[in-house]
Amino acid sequence: MNLKSILSGIAGLSLACSLAVATGAGSAEAASGYPLKKPREVDWSFAGPFGTWDKAQLQRGFKVYREICAACHSMDLVAFRTLDDLGYSDEQVQAIASEYDVTDGPNEEGEMFTRPGRPTDYFPSPYENDKAAAYANNGAVPPDFSLIAKARAPERGFPTFIFDVLTLYAENGPDYIYSLLTGYGEEPPESIEISDGTYYNPYFIAGPALAMAQPLYEGMVTYDDGSPETVDQYSKDVSAFLMWAAEPMLVERKQMGFNVMLFLLIFASLLYFTKKKVWSGLKD
Amino acid sequence: MSAGHSSYEPKSGVGKWLDERLPLPRLMYDSFVAYPVPRNLNSWYTFGGILAIMLVVQILTGVVLAMHYIASTASAFESVEKIMRDVNYGWLMRRLHANGASMFFVAVYIHMFRGMYYGSYKAPREVLWMLGVIIFLLMMATAFMGYVLPWGQMSFWGATVITGFFSAIPLIGESIQLWLLGGFAVDNATLNRFFSLHYLLPFMIAGVVILHVWALHVTGQTNPTGVEVKNMRKETVPFTPYATIKDAFALVCFFLLYGWFVFYLPDYLGHADNYIQADPLKTPAHIVPEWYFLPFYAILRAVTFDIGIPFTNIVLIDSKLGGVIAMFGSIAILFFLPWLDRSSVRSGNYRPLFKQFFWIFAFTCVMLGWLGSRPAEGIYTTLSQIFTFYYFAHFLIILPWLSYFEKPKPLPASIADAVLAKQDEGATSLKPAE
Repeated sequence: MNLKSILSGIAGLSLACSLAVATGAGSAEAASGYPLKKPREVDWSFAGPFGTWDKAQLQRGFKVYREICAACHSMDLVAFRTLDDLGYSDEQVQAIASEYDVTDGPNEEGEMFTRPGRPTDYFPSPYENDKAAAYANNGAVPPDFSLIAKARAPERGFPTFIFDVLTLYAENGPDYIYSLLTGYGEEPPESIEISDGTYYNPYFIAGPALAMAQPLYEGMVTYDDGSPETVDQYSKDVSAFLMWAAEPMLVERKQMGFNVMLFLLIFASLLYFTKKKVWSGLKD
Repeated sequence: MSAGHSSYEPKSGVGKWLDERLPLPRLMYDSFVAYPVPRNLNSWYTFGGILAIMLVVQILTGVVLAMHYIASTASAFESVEKIMRDVNYGWLMRRLHANGASMFFVAVYIHMFRGMYYGSYKAPREVLWMLGVIIFLLMMATAFMGYVLPWGQMSFWGATVITGFFSAIPLIGESIQLWLLGGFAVDNATLNRFFSLHYLLPFMIAGVVILHVWALHVTGQTNPTGVEVKNMRKETVPFTPYATIKDAFALVCFFLLYGWFVFYLPDYLGHADNYIQADPLKTPAHIVPEWYFLPFYAILRAVTFDIGIPFTNIVLIDSKLGGVIAMFGSIAILFFLPWLDRSSVRSGNYRPLFKQFFWIFAFTCVMLGWLGSRPAEGIYTTLSQIFTFYYFAHFLIILPWLSYFEKPKPLPASIADAVLAKQDEGATSLKPAE
């Protein structure tokens, strides 16, 4: 076996793999033809093999979540203690947690009681339960935000999804959220009927319109770091924050990945030359 | 080959003592050191070793995950997220395990297509091949049940669709489905038994793998020429160091691909809907299995018509049962491959027509995979039917027909001859460059 055959083996392997993948990657929402428009791609700080969090952005995004989204959207799986990822000190995390009221108990008298949140608590839900959430929102429960950035992935289409393997595109979720949040306000085409109580948005994954009205407007959230207080900036920041909420280990994963891949590359080349040496000792 | 004499000689006193009581080191030595392999194996022959290692990786990561996973509809989804967020390196274990399943199938498909191209299933290796098909079936069952465990939307609805197959069986189908699910719908009882079986099956796979390797070591490996080894000394090399170092190199290359997905594209091969907790009241817009099941899913859905007695209204097989039969048949037919392909020539390298049909068949499988990901409507259904027909025609018509009508190229007298001819060829093609 020579180098050529090894290379062709690897090429064949990757081809076979990408062909196989080709069949799987684009499965979601193939039937419906939604979203009407592909998500707009944002240049995220956490994209690519060396991606890292932009902590200032995460803090801004958290502020947007807290002041706007959290009115309706829960974030059940995220604990206050993990907010130190955003660059907050222990005291700051404690202060943030204590701003929330958490139901605890039962106490010695058997009563449930409310106390200020602690870092070990999870974000409390804005509604008592799903029934209450549905009742307050015309029957549609606002989705939980813990995993939303990974739970929405509009189809990439052929052949883009093959190139995605090489370009390491994995920001489908935050791109989608950003596009949805900035996608309101367009006039729907005449061919599309928008039912009452829904709002046209060509980036929505499951139809031409969704039950949520445009949530963000210019100047709604005050930024103290001088970032523009625009819908575009808010949307970017909150999308980045939601990506962190969905995959808090993302940066750790990529950093370990670099070490692992580097090790494997060096190990592979050592093995290649060892193999060559071993086989060269063979007389026909 | 290894059935012959053993060249193992224990060196230490303890070794001699043990050899007379339980000759396990001798077995290991004969199987993984002295075992002779044809010296002309190419890279495609390294996937068996890769698969063995992948099984170990899956079992190790799986055992760790099972320590933290809670098999209950109320807690499963959350416990998986706890693994991702709170368990030390839990995210790594889960990513390795989930992507490991995909990589396992990448490797097994390459391994199977390699076997098909080089005619590795032919006598005297029929049992070896059939054991491989059994492993493949066990893998499919294991992967399917594993995908249900995170209790996401696609877990739940995938399980609902797949277990629904059994209700297609006439008369007793409904009872079987009820028995399998442990209830009238996919629920806590289903999740618990799937977890139990998901933990059990890999060890059954390991058992069949031992038989698979045993059968391999009885007949010896095929090789790209398809000509059996005639001169052990000239045509084979000992497994260690020759095959071990080659397999190790291939494995590390494979791990680079594996790592690429684990660390940079961990959700690429999965489905976004599985990050939504299972909701029996909300059907996803589009239920699709994992990528490695898509070709079979396409075959399942290709049967859209009832089969009955012509000119009457009597339906013998309705479309649902027909689809299930076609899907299981597409795997079952692999058991008969050694008897469907009657050609005396083993390797596709010396079968000019077979070689072309092999690639058409491979293309068919890829197309079926693509169609499995599409909705079952319009042109997609028609294409699925055409490719499903071709899939079966390949085994039932083309291979038996080729066996008699194809004129194979002359075979080399021996592996040594083929290797020498190749070296000559290489030398002549190099000349202009000199």
